[in-house]
This record gives sequence, C-alpha cells and structure tokens, in this order.
Amino acid sequence: MRKENDMEGQYSEKVMEHFRNPRNVGEIADADGIGNVGNPVCGDIMRLYIKVDPINEVITDAKFKTFGCGAAIATSSMVTELVKGKTIQEALKVSNHAVAEALGGLPKIKMHCSVLAEQALTGAINDYLKKHGKPMIEKKFKSEHEA
Amino acid sequence: MKRVYLDNNATTRMREEVLEAMLPFCKEIYGNASSIHQFGRAARLAVDKARGEVAVLLGASSPEEIIFTSGGTESDNFAIKGVARALRNKGNHIITSSIEHSAVLNASRALEKDGCKVTYLPVDGHGLVNPDDVKRAITDKTVLISIMYANNEVGTIEPVSEIGAIAKERGVYFHTDAVQAVSKEAFEVKSMPVDLLSMSAHKIYGPKGVGAIYIRKGTKIEAIMHGGHHEMNKRAGTENVPGIVGLGKAAELAKKEVREESERLRELRDYLYKGIIARIPHTRLNGYPEKRLPNTANIGFKYLEGESIMLNLDMEGVAVSTGSACTSGTLEPSHVLTAMGIDPADAQGSIRFSLGRDNTKEDMDYVLAVLPPIIQRLREMSPLYEKGK
Repeated sequence: MRKENDMEGQYSEKVMEHFRNPRNVGEIADADGIGNVGNPVCGDIMRLYIKVDPINEVITDAKFKTFGCGAAIATSSMVTELVKGKTIQEALKVSNHAVAEALGGLPKIKMHCSVLAEQALTGAINDYLKKHGKPMIEKKFKSEHEA
Repeated sequence: MKRVYLDNNATTRMREEVLEAMLPFCKEIYGNASSIHQFGRAARLAVDKARGEVAVLLGASSPEEIIFTSGGTESDNFAIKGVARALRNKGNHIITSSIEHSAVLNASRALEKDGCKVTYLPVDGHGLVNPDDVKRAITDKTVLISIMYANNEVGTIEPVSEIGAIAKERGVYFHTDAVQAVSKEAFEVKSMPVDLLSMSAHKIYGPKGVGAIYIRKGTKIEAIMHGGHHEMNKRAGTENVPGIVGLGKAAELAKKEVREESERLRELRDYLYKGIIARIPHTRLNGYPEKRLPNTANIGFKYLEGESIMLNLDMEGVAVSTGSACTSGTLEPSHVLTAMGIDPADAQGSIRFSLGRDNTKEDMDYVLAVLPPIIQRLREMSPLYEKGK
C-alpha cells in the first residue's frame, strides 16, 4: 500500500533521522557496481556503490554520495540500508515505494527522490551485471508524476 | 538551543507595541468601522488614524491615497488587474520583469488569459532591470509598468525612479511592489514618479493578513473586490480593524527607526556575509553588491543543494530560506536566480539570509560558527564536490 506524507513539504521523523544521521555515506574504492543518476539542474544527483560477493551474489556493502534535498539524502541512506545482505535478485525487487515506506512516507512532491534511489540501485546492479558479462535488467521506472 | 531567525523577508515577528495597540480592537472596541453608532465610530477613528500613519510612512500627499487590503498579494493584484481593467479601452499591454514576486507574475498571467499582452523584461546578472529595456517595450497600448522596488530573494534595488520617469513621460501608470523595501528604505512617494505602491504589514513587524496600497490621487483603477462602499469604493469588505491598527502602529514605529535600523542591519549583514565568504570556499553573493536591501544576503554554496543546508541550519536553531518561501514546494530552481543567468545547479545551492530587528552580532557569530562544518559535511557527501577539491 502506497504511503505518502500528505503534509506538503513536511518530512516524517524517520526521514529527518536518516537526514540527520545518514548511513553509509562515502565511496567504495573497489566497488563491483556503480549507479549514477540525476541531474544537478533538478537538484538531485545520486551515486550508489555496491560490493557484491561473487559466490552467492549477496550485496555485502553499499555506499552513496548524493547532491540533493533532505529527501534525496534520506532515500539514499535508506536504500543502502535496505539492500545490504540481499542478493542481487532480491535487491532488484526493492521499489521506490518500499524505500518511501521504510522512511515513514515522503511528501508527494518528494516522491521522485525515491524513484531516483531505485534507479541508482538498478544502475549499480546493472553495472555489476555488465562487468560480469551477464544480461542487464530492463526496468520501467515510474515517472515523477506517477511516483 | 540558541534560536536565530534569519528569514525576515518571509515574515517578521510582530512587535510588542503593535500587539498592545491591536488588543483593544480585538476585545472592547469591536465595532464595525462602517457603523455610525459609537461602537463603529471608535473603530473608524482608529482606522483613519492608521491610514494617516501609513501615509506618513510612505510620504503620501494625503491619507486618502492609502487603501487597506489583505496584504501584499492583494495590493499587487489590485494594482495590476485594477489598472488593466480601468484602462481596457486605452490599451491592453503591461510591462513587468521576470523577477517579480509571484503575486505580480501570476496576476499578470491571469490577465494574459483575458487577452492582455504582457512583456516580462529580463534582468542582468545582478538582478537589475535596464530602464532602456522599459523604454523599448512601451507601445501605444501600454497601460501599466510594474517593477518591484526591491527583490525579495536577492535584495537588489531596482532603478524605480528612472523607470517611473520613463513611464510618466510616456503617460503610462507605474506600480512598484515595495513589500520588501518599506521599513528598510525611507519613502517619499509624493515626490517619486510612482502611481501605485504595494506594501504589507507582516514584513514590517506588523500582523499578517493586512496590507495597503498607495494609489496616487486621480489614478484610474477599478475595484477587484466587489461589495459595499468600503475604502472609498475601492476595496469592498468590512475593515480588518485590529489588523489595520497593527499596521498603523508598525508604520509609525518604522518611520521613526528606518534610517538607524537600516544602517545597523547593513553592518550586521555585511559582517555575516564577509565572515561566510572568508570561512567557506566556493561561495558567491547573489544580487547587486551595493544597491541591495540592507538586511539581505543571498549566498550561493557551490556543489550543494539549498534545502539540505537549510535543514541542517534548522537543526542548529537557525532559520533561513532557500530563495523565496513562496516557491518552496516546487522542484524548480528559483526563477529569480535563473533569470539572473545563474547556472541552475548553482541556483539550487543558494541560501537567503534576511536579517531583522531582533538580530544581534552574537547571532551572526553563532551562524558563522555552525555553518562551515555543515557545508563541509554536505560537500563531503556531494558527488559534485570532487571538482572543487
């Protein structure tokens, strides 16, 4: 069930908590996959790094760097938390709504940040798959308006 | 936690004296100012006194040139729609700038739907309208020029006297949205080439929900609020007596203090601005360096997005704004900064510090202490920062 914070522009406690103390900030020097999405003109760029165990394809580490608003930072932080310990296949199922829901909802106008987080994650996974000669995943993302 | 309010261009804290002046009109003196019995007469007396105080603050020729409204937005709408409608037989063209407040821009856009033609003039890199552009834009169909006195986001003060003189020469009405400038600049509208001027009470330490418009005697304008015969038939609706009394008191106090307080704010503002530039690399001042409101410093922090700076400052008790408070809730970078030619990515990282009468040097020192680590921390998080290292 989609959950949104209806108070325009107001962030939930959870969003603010992740904004205050973002988890997994930084880079992974020898990352197995990097996803880079966004556009500074729109005010958001996310770069997501993943480290993957090649034996069981479990994401052992995830880090991010983000240029963006409170929601962009909080969704980056949350998506890294959600995917650590998941297999590639499980991580691909992490939707933007799952990220938003884990944050206690996002203001409607900020839902596109959760889409960016999902896109960054998919980008990082595809980068990993490409490097390993595996077929990349084609995923249709929700637009800003239907996020 | 220390609390520092640096968002005075969004709204100001109502002064104690203003509240004191208003209270009797919320309690004992509750008559309708249009009633002729003693309850109403007492209210009317207070409204007229306030009208006189606003007239004195603005330097109008007579109190009859002041019409009370619900605030700056209504004053702007009244000026633009009221003049356009009154002069519809003369012409259907108005001129404004691309950096006006949404009250002016959206009122103009609304007129466009009714067939009016609007020219939105560009500004230079400092946010200044070029008077020559105004001259060139005037046609024989032009009925109104509306250029703000000072910009709410960057504080740039527009060449209103020059623009007003051009308007006068061509027989075109000139309106200026002075919502941000009143109480920071000394006004003498009777000797200025200005036909209409908007102001708001809550920007000058008065209450919200009340404002005024100066309309030079003889200016043709059609009411946009229709109802009774209030406000000399120009603005219908039972007068907001407590609000008007509050505006009057705020105007009286502003008149007394404008020069001294503006000077104090300018010094404090420059102390803050210079301190930020000295402590934090990759920063820039947005707006005109000199011709600028004394309380406003809009600073761009490269490689960052404004909301994350604003939220971090808020966690330290410091209230600022990213561009205009009225445009928060959109994803677009500020229309003012982009009209000034600032790169949209850089515009995203701009913070407006707007000082007010409660601010002290200690407040500035506090901001100068908490801001640099916030910027550093966010830059470490920004994928764009590598370039600037």
